[in-house]
Amino acid sequence: MSATSGTAAPAPLRHVGVGDSARRRTQRVREAAIRVALLACAFGAVAGLLLILIFVFREAMPVLTDPQTQKEASLRAFFATPIWQPVGAVPKYGITPLLVGTLKVVLVAMVFAVPVAVLAAVFASEFASARLREALKPVIEILAGIPSVVLGFFALIVMATWLQAATGSVSRLNALNAGLALGLAMIPTIFSVSEDALRAVPRSYREASLALGASRWQTAWNVTLPAAGAGVSAGILLGLARAVGETMIVLMASGNAALISGSVLDSVRTLSASIAAELAEVVFGSPHYATLFFLGALLFTTTFIINVCAGLFVERLRKRLAGA
Amino acid sequence: MSTLALPHATGALRKARGRDWSGIGLTVVTGLAAFLVVAMVAVIMGNIVLFGWRTVTWEFLTQNPRQGMTAGGIFPAIFGTTALVILMVVALIPFGVGAAIYLHEYARPDTWFTRAVRFSVANLAGVPSIVYGLFGLGFFIQFVGRGIDRLAGLDVVWGQPALLWAALTLALLNLPVVIVTAEEALRTVPRETREASLALGATRWQTIRHVLLPQAMPGILTGAILSVSRGAGEVAPIMFTGAAYFLPYLPTRPTDQFMELGYHVFVLSTQSPNVDATKPLLYGTVLVLLGLTFALNLTAILLRTRLRARLAGRS
Repeated sequence: MSATSGTAAPAPLRHVGVGDSARRRTQRVREAAIRVALLACAFGAVAGLLLILIFVFREAMPVLTDPQTQKEASLRAFFATPIWQPVGAVPKYGITPLLVGTLKVVLVAMVFAVPVAVLAAVFASEFASARLREALKPVIEILAGIPSVVLGFFALIVMATWLQAATGSVSRLNALNAGLALGLAMIPTIFSVSEDALRAVPRSYREASLALGASRWQTAWNVTLPAAGAGVSAGILLGLARAVGETMIVLMASGNAALISGSVLDSVRTLSASIAAELAEVVFGSPHYATLFFLGALLFTTTFIINVCAGLFVERLRKRLAGA
Repeated sequence: MSTLALPHATGALRKARGRDWSGIGLTVVTGLAAFLVVAMVAVIMGNIVLFGWRTVTWEFLTQNPRQGMTAGGIFPAIFGTTALVILMVVALIPFGVGAAIYLHEYARPDTWFTRAVRFSVANLAGVPSIVYGLFGLGFFIQFVGRGIDRLAGLDVVWGQPALLWAALTLALLNLPVVIVTAEEALRTVPRETREASLALGATRWQTIRHVLLPQAMPGILTGAILSVSRGAGEVAPIMFTGAAYFLPYLPTRPTDQFMELGYHVFVLSTQSPNVDATKPLLYGTVLVLLGLTFALNLTAILLRTRLRARLAGRS
């Protein structure tokens, strides 16, 4: 709705008396007040994001500025030791195992979820009949609607047992288990965004390819998928951001041992799970408290950057398809 | 794409080449990926229903946990979840709908303010839920709550985890959902409807209040229901802002702590002293939580489908 149409409202066609003009004035004041109130609501979204930024970083600041905190927890201390042991006679705040753990779980999740979700999206948009596609959509919605604590529960109680039987791993809860469950949480995001992008590719692209003698499959693989590439990338990035920040699944399914190892069959502890597991018992204002907020600030920054990149990809896709 | 533009030509070409095995392979591989997703969803749902349905009885839904949460029901968790989402919706809907009305009816699309709001909405949706938990603790409890206590000269009343703070944290988490769905709903109201109302002498707010909002109501409801469904399942934001392992009483004031279904699932599956004894209770709780979120999601999807049909019928 354009901003000008409100001012163009014509005056009522009747005699305007003195009482009326006073009433009209109060009405105009009321309209202005409502406009300001609505603007304040909209500003609420900006304020929310800013407040998150300010308050998470504020509590993390002692790590960078407070000498008392820095004796135990500082940027240097985070990398001086490879051990994460915040509770003990001599607390150790080495975050390397947490970074390695997060990376490992996210990698497993990506390796599992990206091919499955993108291929399923190609199937839905290029090969499936309309009826099959309509049947596939609610299944994806169901998966998207499962709360992450339920996926965590399933990975912890059921999947871990199956995976241990299949791999013979020593630790029942490990990076593979957590990564696969995390992948399940990413699939709906990647699938939906990719499928939207694939279906937004103009018919003329496909028709041109088919007219040149390419098969339907060659068209899907060499024309449609690359044309939707920016959208598929955006979907993968959004899924990645979700995986990096996801908490309950990794907290429940990963075993939470802060080890540095290359094997996906070892137990891992991630950034998000450390915050969730330790914040409840921590002393307010202690170095440990500041460190956990620092980890939160790290997660916020990482996901923020990934999401902004995804937004840029979406923008590029929109421009390219609009130009077509 | 379901119909080919040139079926004869491609058919003839394919016949000339013989069967395209690599192409068939592509169909099979993508089809398998789709099938894998369906199969995994079926396994998860089947497992939960199979092991959970026997537990979910009237007693289970209406009784307190007993014997260190190895027996009894989950009534306090259901009560706490309900109280939580009601408070959340009350705080969230006016704000979210107000923001959507401003964005769609008042704001010019190209100002820096409008762009800042849209940027914030998009990025709020991407903030990890655990960061919302940290924010709730740092802002609502330590800053606002402690601030109230200090000003009122109270001992610790507001400056501790509580139902109110958890609800407000969830409200912020769900703000993007409500804004986006409410704006989509406003978009479905035809321009002519607004112009007719304005031409009759109604002011802008009268038009919104009496013409737009009633028509956009299904969409706004959709957003509210989606936010409730998401709010009922999120655990990370409420872990430090108000949820409790176990409480012998029900929360009656906004400063009370509360039990919650999702958090109860987490507690039962990770903190139980006797895993085998709690397993049936655990499955039952998961089934109740899933049933609740799916019932809500289904309602939202049906409402949205109706709304989209209206939109499609118009253009």
